[in-house]
Amino acid sequence: MDSAGQLSVLSTVLSSLLLITGLFFFIAGSIGMLRFPDSFSRLHAVTKADSLGLGSIVAGLMFYGDLWQNLLLLLIWLLVLASGSVSCQLLARFAKAQQDRVQQDKT
Amino acid sequence: MRLLLFDAILCLLLLTLALASILSRQLAHAVILYIAFGLMMALAWARLAAPDLALAEAAIGAGLTGALCFSALAHQQPQLKPDVLNWPKRLWPAVFVLLMLGGVLAALLQLPPSASQLIAVTQAGIGNSGVSHPVTAVLLNFRSWDTLLELVVLLLALLGARQVAPEVKPATSWPLSLGWSRLLAPMVILLAGYLLWAGASQPGGAFQAGALLAAGAVVLRLNQQLSWLSWSNFWIRLLIVSGVLVFVLMALLAILLTPGNTDVVWLRWPPHLAAGIILLVELFATLAIALTLTLLVAGEPASTGAEHGCGEGA
Repeated sequence: MDSAGQLSVLSTVLSSLLLITGLFFFIAGSIGMLRFPDSFSRLHAVTKADSLGLGSIVAGLMFYGDLWQNLLLLLIWLLVLASGSVSCQLLARFAKAQQDRVQQDKT
Repeated sequence: MRLLLFDAILCLLLLTLALASILSRQLAHAVILYIAFGLMMALAWARLAAPDLALAEAAIGAGLTGALCFSALAHQQPQLKPDVLNWPKRLWPAVFVLLMLGGVLAALLQLPPSASQLIAVTQAGIGNSGVSHPVTAVLLNFRSWDTLLELVVLLLALLGARQVAPEVKPATSWPLSLGWSRLLAPMVILLAGYLLWAGASQPGGAFQAGALLAAGAVVLRLNQQLSWLSWSNFWIRLLIVSGVLVFVLMALLAILLTPGNTDVVWLRWPPHLAAGIILLVELFATLAIALTLTLLVAGEPASTGAEHGCGEGA
């Protein structure tokens, strides 16, 4: 970034590509959430969007921020990554427990 | 004749939604339409220059009644799934929604260009308010009476909910969720402190910080932590009441500190002390809000300590 706050052409292209990639993962995750048949594949779709999609968007936005803002962005991504993984695990375990209970009732 | 188009659309929508809600064959559809009707009704009250009624209608008519209807629906027998509509049948609702949307967007153009005078009034008085963020200045200085009564409402809500709260069943938690909630706790406290402090100059303040703290406490509580956080604990009770108490004490102090020759106004802070008073009031309001919300959401801990305290609290 030069003194006027303008990005070079290469940076603009790279950042736009990253943003579009992130957007793609979010859209794919949302569609998967709506269309996939069971909890596990839905979780799979949503956590992909959260971790990879947000990661790309954060990386794309980092071209525009200064050092401090970029550190904060990185921290946000790490937090969402961790909380996404944890809640995915918890939801999946809950779904599994419910599934097991239903199967027990049937037998 | 400003906003004539908007009013016409509002009336049309109100009638349509009311009819659709009554005539709907599916109870779930009727409830959803009724909630939408409540929101339109709130807008109608707002157009009739009754913002307090509008807020009450939005909160009670649409929000609370809708939630009650849904919880009643959950006890009903599950209804048969309706047939999937074919495309021509879906077209009519889509056309209706697009027409209404277009009308409302067109009505936006009729909005008067200038905003209300309240912004100018707030900006004029902000120098003496002790803070630099207009929202905080309004909430904790110009209209602090409202904020004090909101804290009282929260306290009353907790007291009322305690009378009807069901027994909390003891549950077990997974180590993963326990570990994660413990890891989050210091970050939540740090963020809540930041929100509280930032309220003086940026968006933030006691209610946001309190809600965040409460979220952290609820997660910990759901994992069977913080067993000391219960109504039976004297210090918890004191902190819950302190939100209102410190507010009133500060108001009395402000009256005492006001020079005798001027008119004494209830809840008017002296300008040179305003910043300190607001910070103190907000600090205790944050703690009170956090504890109240935690107890409202998570209830009493299901341990021997709670049983011991129940008789004492009641």
